[in-house]
Amino acid sequence: MTVPKRIGKIRFGLISPQEFRKMSVVKIITADTYDDDGFPIEMGLMDPRLGVIDPGLRCRSCGGRPGECPGHFGHIDLIAPVIHVGFAKLIRKVLRAICRDCSRLMLKENEKNMYLGQIQELERLGQMTDDTVNKVFSEARKNKTCPYCGAPQKDIKFERPLSYIEDGHKLTASDIRDRFEMIPDDDIQVMGMNPATARPEWIILTVLPVPPVTMRPSITLESGQRSEDDLTHKLVDIIRINQRFQENREAGAPQLIIEDLWELLQYHVTTFLDNTVSGVPPARHRSGRPLKTLSQRLKGKEGRFRGSLSGKRVNFSARTVISPDPNLSIGEVGVPMEIAMELSVPMIANVRNMEIVKTFVRRGPDRHPGVNYATRPDQRRVKVTEKNCEEVAEQIDVGWKIDRQLADGDIVLFNRQPSLHRMSIMSHRVKVMPYKTFRLNPAVCPPYNADFDGDEMNMHVPQTEEARAEAEILMRVQENILSPRFGGPIIGGIHDYVTGSFLLTHGRKPIDRRGVMELLKKFDISELPEPEGVADGQPYWTGKQVFSLVLPRGLDLSFKADFCYNCDVCKGADCENDAFVVIVDGQLLKGTIDAEAIGAFKGKITDRIIKEYSPSVASDFLDRMTLLALRGIMHEGFSFGIDDEDIPQAAVDQIEETTRTAREKSRQLIAAYNAGELEPLPGRTLDETLEMRIMQTLGKARDMAGKIAGRHLGLDNSGVVMAVSGARGSMLNLTQMAACVGQQSVRGERIMRGYAGRTLPHFRPGDLGAEAHGFVESSYKGGLNPTEFFFHAIGGREGLVDTAIRTSQSGYLQRRLVNALQDLEVRYDGTVKETRGMIVQFQYGEDGVDASRRDYASTDNVKRIIKSVLKKESA
Amino acid sequence: MILTEKDITERLVGIDLPPSIKEAIQNGLKGVPVRSEQLADIISQVSSDYEHSKVEPCEAVGVVAAQSIGEPGTQMTMRTFHYAGVAEINVTLGLPRLIEIVDARKIPSTPTMTIKLNQDYAHDRDLAREVAWAIESSSILHLGSIATDLAEMNVIIELNPSALEQRKITAEEVASRLKEETGLNVDQKENLLVMIPKEPSYRELLQLVEKIKRLSLKGVEGIKRVVIRKEGDEYILYTEGSSIKKVMQFEGVDPTRIKTNNISEIGEVLGIEAARNAIINEATDTLREQGLSVDVRHIMLVADIMTVDGELKQIGRHGVSGEKASVLARAAFEVTVNHILDAAIRGDVDDLKGVTENVIVGQPIQLGTGDVTLVAIKR
Repeated sequence: MTVPKRIGKIRFGLISPQEFRKMSVVKIITADTYDDDGFPIEMGLMDPRLGVIDPGLRCRSCGGRPGECPGHFGHIDLIAPVIHVGFAKLIRKVLRAICRDCSRLMLKENEKNMYLGQIQELERLGQMTDDTVNKVFSEARKNKTCPYCGAPQKDIKFERPLSYIEDGHKLTASDIRDRFEMIPDDDIQVMGMNPATARPEWIILTVLPVPPVTMRPSITLESGQRSEDDLTHKLVDIIRINQRFQENREAGAPQLIIEDLWELLQYHVTTFLDNTVSGVPPARHRSGRPLKTLSQRLKGKEGRFRGSLSGKRVNFSARTVISPDPNLSIGEVGVPMEIAMELSVPMIANVRNMEIVKTFVRRGPDRHPGVNYATRPDQRRVKVTEKNCEEVAEQIDVGWKIDRQLADGDIVLFNRQPSLHRMSIMSHRVKVMPYKTFRLNPAVCPPYNADFDGDEMNMHVPQTEEARAEAEILMRVQENILSPRFGGPIIGGIHDYVTGSFLLTHGRKPIDRRGVMELLKKFDISELPEPEGVADGQPYWTGKQVFSLVLPRGLDLSFKADFCYNCDVCKGADCENDAFVVIVDGQLLKGTIDAEAIGAFKGKITDRIIKEYSPSVASDFLDRMTLLALRGIMHEGFSFGIDDEDIPQAAVDQIEETTRTAREKSRQLIAAYNAGELEPLPGRTLDETLEMRIMQTLGKARDMAGKIAGRHLGLDNSGVVMAVSGARGSMLNLTQMAACVGQQSVRGERIMRGYAGRTLPHFRPGDLGAEAHGFVESSYKGGLNPTEFFFHAIGGREGLVDTAIRTSQSGYLQRRLVNALQDLEVRYDGTVKETRGMIVQFQYGEDGVDASRRDYASTDNVKRIIKSVLKKESA
Repeated sequence: MILTEKDITERLVGIDLPPSIKEAIQNGLKGVPVRSEQLADIISQVSSDYEHSKVEPCEAVGVVAAQSIGEPGTQMTMRTFHYAGVAEINVTLGLPRLIEIVDARKIPSTPTMTIKLNQDYAHDRDLAREVAWAIESSSILHLGSIATDLAEMNVIIELNPSALEQRKITAEEVASRLKEETGLNVDQKENLLVMIPKEPSYRELLQLVEKIKRLSLKGVEGIKRVVIRKEGDEYILYTEGSSIKKVMQFEGVDPTRIKTNNISEIGEVLGIEAARNAIINEATDTLREQGLSVDVRHIMLVADIMTVDGELKQIGRHGVSGEKASVLARAAFEVTVNHILDAAIRGDVDDLKGVTENVIVGQPIQLGTGDVTLVAIKR
């Protein structure tokens, strides 16, 4: 392969009119595009020398076919000069800084030299020159007479959008151009311009570039009608006015008409360059839609820079809905057969793989894994079909490239938007499967932030060895288990995985041989551990023993489980709730496995395994743990239904009693407030105090109701199991369903909006009571009454609005952060530098430690090492 | 032979380990008998683990840092909550605060200070209260009432003697402050002040009232409220509004233990290094308050890029991104057209060294695996 050319640097500048005329391939004089037969008119806007867009034709300038010819610029000679809108402010500054007679920059020689020195120094350092240049302009403007020719200066007023008024007379573009032409080169430099690439008079246009047709293609509608691009429309306007201007001037039309036409020409050129200048009405299409002209093409998210240059479309990619498959490894992705047969991996035939390549080709495109295309060494591509596959296979020789269909074991990149962090794109191994969705292990959902409510994901197939190597070494799922954000595992059990492990390992329920076999059905385990005991003559095992089988040997660990009740005095290993996990030599001796042990973002066990063993051991553990957890949940059986929210009548009465007292108490508070007996809290007004006290009372009532309900919901309740193990939901969710929904709020206050003095017409004006301001005492299961329902909707709406605003705000924050920091890199000497070489940190993070491996450089690790070294000696 | 603490310290000199780890070794071995070979073993194991934990060269740490801070942004709340414990003072938290920090705003939306006092003052409630009153800015509304007399066309201020007493200001002082600020004559009769506007117009009169209401007669301007709280055995002042430069000079205030959440003020008063630390602290606190764990190294990098060239720069168009060397990178971020036009005038050259530029022209970027060239040696 040839080494691609590298662009070293790009220089920006203005093009002089002379240079432009030289570059131009054709001078455009007619505003017409195509003739009646549909052929482009010469010297018209679609002149064939400007490039080709119609298939079958060749470019008259370069001979290229459509797609090959990049297009060539033409030009229009403007009858009178016009101002380039983008430079309107610059023109104003320059006009005010130069002498109106001799056109020299009105600063003394020594000042000029000083500023020039400053500018050159700043440029050398690669810093912004704006401040110095602005200083030059403001200093020069202060001179009321020219220090060189002594001519008195007049004040120049600028009127939006494009008029410069000197002493009551409007300066025409030609006047300005004349002045600019006389500015000496040295002065131009002091004004921060480079006379070689940009002379000030070049910003007054005398020649207008006509963009090639390739960037303003006309499209043929179904009716056979041609529809021209917005730019072409604008160019037509410019040429028409230009012609009319010329005719009028030659005919000696009155000055007034000439000026009008000049202004009109200026308007058209202005909108051609930018159609959103304030003060200039935007040029519109016949339908009333504003035209999209040059500036609009570059600007914004869908513009050329952000839309087409920074982000590009790719081949070899697929997108479809995702669905879960717990039987896949976390590093695999299930790819639908249809996608696998469309996407391909290139293979180059050589002496060693010739036969393999040929067998693939012989399978044709319809027998997976086959071949879709074959490319000859001279780059001619042959489509492999059922009919010609044998024939093509015979021709294959060294140097041929075939596009082999995607097959099991190929490495692909898998991605879900929004790609907020690097774990949003990871590489997986392909597993071709029937049906039409991508399949993935639910344990990899957290890094992608995916769920299966209709989410779609993208897949990309790397096409070169280098890309595959990078994907495999750096991007594999197992390499990304640890998040660089906090150095902990981001992949782990969710939902049923957590519930399953919890059910399996909680307590010491006996499991008979049959049960154990069922649990371990999918594992390659040939020996069972010693049974825990014998009951009814049958040996039995415990869930803890079974779970130990997926733990690696030699693992020692102890920690508090997620469902730890945070007792006042922790009994550690003797915890009677089984909430203290003790693992010795890979045996789970005590405690329950829940979210704290294997969950995503927490996963103490996963964390330790990956750090003490290796990512692949951790990935194996996750695979086996997920399988076992699902077996575990099936062994026990697990479901959640409406009757799981049932609480005894006695509890319901008790809850009602609590809410009644709370309402009563808030009524008393209101009475005290009305009587003026309420004591304000320090720094609060009386009204605020009342509000806070009521909120407090009602909040307490809800908590109380929750507690009452909680007493009747034990670990035999599926909802409690999920909440307590950290699988999904919280006790708050459960109490809201079973006992009492609680106070609804908007901006952290009770609901106050609505009619004057009341929230709804159901209440009396001025009612401050609990139910009038959004206290919902019903439970979700019991059902809300109409006013409660309404208040609940108000509270719910706030949440939705909040989410919507947050996504846009944090998206912009992310974009700014990435843009500001993307050029930073750790160098071989340990410093952090920008790509230009500016040092940002002398040592990354002050200790050079990678955030995702920070535990190796932690004090805890040092303690562990000390302990192990000293232990070894004493033993 | 058992090593002494001093021996251990000596052994650690010159070994390439960060101070925190060296300290950990020393602390771990305090009072534990350790022999020379054991120490050597420990050091070698610690060093090898440290070596393993180091960042790899060419790692795109900037992007990782940006993502690590940006990604949890989606999980943050938008609300302002009360400051931990001090119910009276509102503080911006969550995503808006994080945005405020990277925006390098001159004044945050809720500036506050935490002022700790000198030993003599910190334990005495009355002394602490005195300092608080001295700092708190007092307007006329704190000291009495203000009214207008339309018939006489004058402003009547009635001062409350107990309020004057409490805030340690006399009616004469109030009168002279008013005179100084408004340039008008103040007619003082005991606790009654009368002022007449320059022109006897209704508008002038109302404007004068408004002006007087806004005036800070005593204390530090901009500090609207001071709250005292006892934390541990110490009285601590919390303020609404921030002005560390002035507050530092107050009698009884411990100037080394003042905190403000106004980062740019810290930059001006205490210097850029302090501002950098303030960014790190503020951002870490904001994230932690939301229950999100983000490694400090990421936050440090953001703080560093904001402060590298000695002044506080915003992350965005008016700061870091707007001052990039590359025209294409700036154009691809925001205000595309202006950047290109300016570049043309100046005759800028884009060296195509950054990430965006190379993506734009379709070349490998000079970061990570794109920053190395592999050469195979033919055997």
